[in-house]
Amino acid sequence: MSETAATGTTGTGTSGTEEDTVEPVLPMVKAEQVHKSFGHTEVLKGIDLEVAAQEVFCLVGPSGSGKSTFLRCINHLEKINAGRLYVDGRLVGYRQKGDRLYELREREVAEQRKDIGMVFQRFNLFPHMTALQNVMEAPVQVKGESKAVARERAERLLERVGLADRMRNYPAQLSGGQQQRVAIARALAMEPKLMLFDEPTSALDPELVGEVLDVMRGLAEDGMTMIVVTHEMGFAREVGDSIVFMDDGVVVESGNPRDVLTNPQHERTQAFLSKVL
Amino acid sequence: MNEAPDTPGEPQEADRASAAAGRDAQVGETRLTKTDTLRTEETATADLPPAAIKAIPVRHWGRWIGAALVLAALAAIGLAFVNGDIAWAVVGERLTDGTFFWPAWETLKISVYAMLIGVVLGTLLAVMRLSSNPVLSAVSYAYIWFFRGTPVIVQLLLWFNLSAVFTYVDLGPIYRNEMNDVMTPFVAALLALGLNEAAYMAEISRAGIQSVDHGQTEAAHALGMSGSKTMRRIVLPQAMRVIIPPTGNEYINMLKTSSLAFAIGYGELFYVAKNVGTTDYSVMEMYLVVSVWYLGLTTIFNVGQYYLERHYSKGANRSLPPTPLQRIRGQLTAFRTPSKVGGTTV
Repeated sequence: MSETAATGTTGTGTSGTEEDTVEPVLPMVKAEQVHKSFGHTEVLKGIDLEVAAQEVFCLVGPSGSGKSTFLRCINHLEKINAGRLYVDGRLVGYRQKGDRLYELREREVAEQRKDIGMVFQRFNLFPHMTALQNVMEAPVQVKGESKAVARERAERLLERVGLADRMRNYPAQLSGGQQQRVAIARALAMEPKLMLFDEPTSALDPELVGEVLDVMRGLAEDGMTMIVVTHEMGFAREVGDSIVFMDDGVVVESGNPRDVLTNPQHERTQAFLSKVL
Repeated sequence: MNEAPDTPGEPQEADRASAAAGRDAQVGETRLTKTDTLRTEETATADLPPAAIKAIPVRHWGRWIGAALVLAALAAIGLAFVNGDIAWAVVGERLTDGTFFWPAWETLKISVYAMLIGVVLGTLLAVMRLSSNPVLSAVSYAYIWFFRGTPVIVQLLLWFNLSAVFTYVDLGPIYRNEMNDVMTPFVAALLALGLNEAAYMAEISRAGIQSVDHGQTEAAHALGMSGSKTMRRIVLPQAMRVIIPPTGNEYINMLKTSSLAFAIGYGELFYVAKNVGTTDYSVMEMYLVVSVWYLGLTTIFNVGQYYLERHYSKGANRSLPPTPLQRIRGQLTAFRTPSKVGGTTV
């Protein structure tokens, strides 16, 4: 495991120094030769990577490079065609017995997703529910929590993302930045061990980006494991523990964000960064 | 500046140029003074708002002529009815003497029950149709194909005469009875109208479900919600906004289609109208009376639909549209507090 972990753990090395963990820890996410095709178009052409617990892992690259698709494979919103994908040591979407794979039932897939929070580019808040109801929905409906408990946590989470005075508002009454912060609170309400961010600031006005990134920064400081597909290189450099540059369905370059972003080794990375930065 | 020289010449050009320069200088001067006396200038202009436009509106002669023609046509038709072979006294009498009160109740009852069957079964059929399960999808498709493809009147008669196929309703030890005792006109009408409606409602619900953004389903799945829960909690409530207007349309249709149940002797409005009409020799009169009743029922229903649509537009608009009552109240209070007219309707 330690040899294959080389790509992903460069970042963990830096963040892990405080705890000084020497024993091999199970990676939170592990991808082995992940392939994904839509029809005849191969979108992911063999992705290998590892994300350690408590790591902030940034996925960058041009549109169509497959980074969002890869993110969606992690919680089985997309089925992979080949390879293996593990979250917290468990195979995503399948069960392996011997060398046979069994597809998981819908209920079992849902069970796996409970621990993985996801934040979408277009927020996808439930428009017929208030901010508070959006955050309470999953704990009550999925975990069977009492409304009182769920409400208390939802209020705490909305306070944390700075929306204490907006709880009774419907999504249509909130700005984009506020909606995205509600979406983050909604994902956190399930107390996930992993958070997936799919271009969380791409649909926002430039001046609203900051408030969402602030919330994400706070999450990172609290030790949440985060995989962030983003075009915010500043965020990646400042908060990211490791970064992967993807292009055309493959990982082109990976490592510490400060190294990769300031001194990219690969020609393709250089070309991309020269346009973005 | 305004004097336009007829004969353009050098000296005049030069004059103009110098005049322009002079004006520029003047403008500069006035600007300077303007910045100096900015405050006083502004208050001065604030005292003189531009005069409100008083223009003569466009005259719509065509509308007046059109309205006059329509009124004339209506009057002619009305006159024809008044002078026709209709005993208006009987119409007035039957409208008010309560003959049609209970038949109207029967019409209302059968149409509401049949509609309930239609909505529930239709939604179920729509979900089945969209299911990834090929058996469910095919069953739903076949159901819609059959019930939408045959006339309601035929379906009514098929149900009513079902004893030709099944003489007994036999549910083993639980229940056993003769089909003719079970299949009363009410039951036959309920089944025929309800099951027929379900086929139409299935298509309406399907359109509603498909109108909900796929991102909603993904978000719910990402939170760990199961497919059925996602449908019930997330997709259907949002689909309602699309489903309700055509459903209202369907219900109004149902109110009127229920009159076909006269064919199997179910005592609703039309059946009674026909019976009374033939025994009293007042056929046309009774048709007019039930028309009024049907119009009354559909009008009442329109009001109900407005509130139902309003309820399900929660979250789709920033603020709910005002109810008619709120609108009236808003207009009344508008004289006192003009700022409270809009926005405070939630």
